[in-house]
Amino acid sequence: MRYSDRMESAIQTIQLTRRYDSLVAVDHLEFSAAAGSIFGLLGPNGAGKSTLIKMLTTLLPPSSGTARVAGYDIVRKPADVRRSIGYVAQMLSADGDLTGYENLLISAKLYGIRGQARESRIGEALEFMSLTEAAEKRVKHYSGGMIRRLEIAQSMLHRPEVLFLDEPTIGLDPVAKRSVWDHIRELREQFGTTILMTTHDMQEADGLCDMVAIMYQGHIVSLGTPVSLKAGAGPEATLNDVFILSTGAAMTDGAAEEGGTFRDVGRTRRTARRLE
Amino acid sequence: MSEELAVRHAAWSDTPQPLALLLQILAVAEADVRKLLHDPMELFTRMLQPVLWLVIFAPVFSRTRAIPTGGLRYLDFMAPGVLAQSVMFGAIFYGVSIIWERDQGVLQKFLVSPAPRVALVAGRALSSTFRAVVQAIVVYVIALWMGVALQFSAWRMAGVLLTVMLGAAIFSTFSLVAACIVKSRERFMGIGQVLTMPLFLASNAIYPLSLMPGWLQVLARINPLSYQVDLLRGLMVRGGYSVLGFGMDAAVLALWLAVLIAIATKLYPRIVI
Repeated sequence: MRYSDRMESAIQTIQLTRRYDSLVAVDHLEFSAAAGSIFGLLGPNGAGKSTLIKMLTTLLPPSSGTARVAGYDIVRKPADVRRSIGYVAQMLSADGDLTGYENLLISAKLYGIRGQARESRIGEALEFMSLTEAAEKRVKHYSGGMIRRLEIAQSMLHRPEVLFLDEPTIGLDPVAKRSVWDHIRELREQFGTTILMTTHDMQEADGLCDMVAIMYQGHIVSLGTPVSLKAGAGPEATLNDVFILSTGAAMTDGAAEEGGTFRDVGRTRRTARRLE
Repeated sequence: MSEELAVRHAAWSDTPQPLALLLQILAVAEADVRKLLHDPMELFTRMLQPVLWLVIFAPVFSRTRAIPTGGLRYLDFMAPGVLAQSVMFGAIFYGVSIIWERDQGVLQKFLVSPAPRVALVAGRALSSTFRAVVQAIVVYVIALWMGVALQFSAWRMAGVLLTVMLGAAIFSTFSLVAACIVKSRERFMGIGQVLTMPLFLASNAIYPLSLMPGWLQVLARINPLSYQVDLLRGLMVRGGYSVLGFGMDAAVLALWLAVLIAIATKLYPRIVI
């Protein structure tokens, strides 16, 4: 029995907080994401989205507070959390020097998928993400959209309960974007995976997410379905209007998200460039 | 609860923990080795250093006859030192690839996997031993060509390979620790440059411990490279012997590796923060 049959939320934060010296990146955050939903996290740069995801994926310990992911406490049971989640970072997580097949093979081995099951899972994953023909090519020769699809396939090999996608379509052209969206929807349909994703793309949030949270200065300032958020902002309002209303002048790039602002920007741009 | 876990995560549940750990270590190493096989250029560039030492330095230096080698020709005395040195120089920059992978994002993928941190660290150490074995073969070929009095019995060869692998694991893990502390490629390269020559010179690679001033002997006796060289000198060449004893050498190297892996395991998650 999956925990989702017994429990409502796949993710629940409890006073979750992360400080970097004097900066409070995530400030006593309280929210939950229903099992099986696609939950979108919006916010200007520096709102705390990446810090939040790093904590939920156990890459970064919280300064205080905690969260439950797939039924496990991220502070007390990080190993169980890691077994239950998939994560596709904003940066490239597929290894360009390995083939698509090899990337999946190494992941399968790390997650203990063995024997017959391994080859069939890898085959299915390649098929599902329409990558079968490119399986033996090295990933550095893939297009941006193919890399993203491979990374999502990789993160789904062990059928995680919760999947974290950090800016899954950043730097992709509209066609590649649409293909990634379709595959994300299919994942949820087929495996009932809960998906938490960050995005800058209002169209993406509107079209793909069941729930949207807008984050600003370490807090969630708006939370609801895209329809209800838009209705709350006025007649014919778009999600962009909601965003502006919620974050004020924060539309322009905000302050540091974490210690190394410059480094982060550099990374983001590098990623975007490579994915073009 | 544990029953539920077993059903949900059937993957690892049927595997005893030590075996699971071993398989994860192998998976981490495999990723690295496969990359190396796709692009073996790095292995070739590493061949240059030992060639320089054995073909240029050794013949010139052996003319001085100033170094007490315990009855060995200087070339024979130096060949084990050159092997140990080339393995160390290769392994000490291993941390760069970790930082590179961190910058790309590949490393985060390993850190969110259920593999324990110690498996990630040990897997890296293991993959560096693969490179070391390739280097050992190269050094043997050059040494043979130069007329070094190599010994080829099976147990000696096995001993040499094990020693070289141990040395690579030690210095690559040391490099990993440094990478976790400095976190940027530029700073790391600086540190690597600063460390290699002192480690090399404060060892018995090209002159014996007995020739060093007291303070340098103390440093050389801490330096794991000295123990690696001492082992190799006893194993590789005719007439060579271990000054400190095989048991002592192996024990010190094993201790160094255990300590470094423990530190690296502790520091490893910090590299992505």
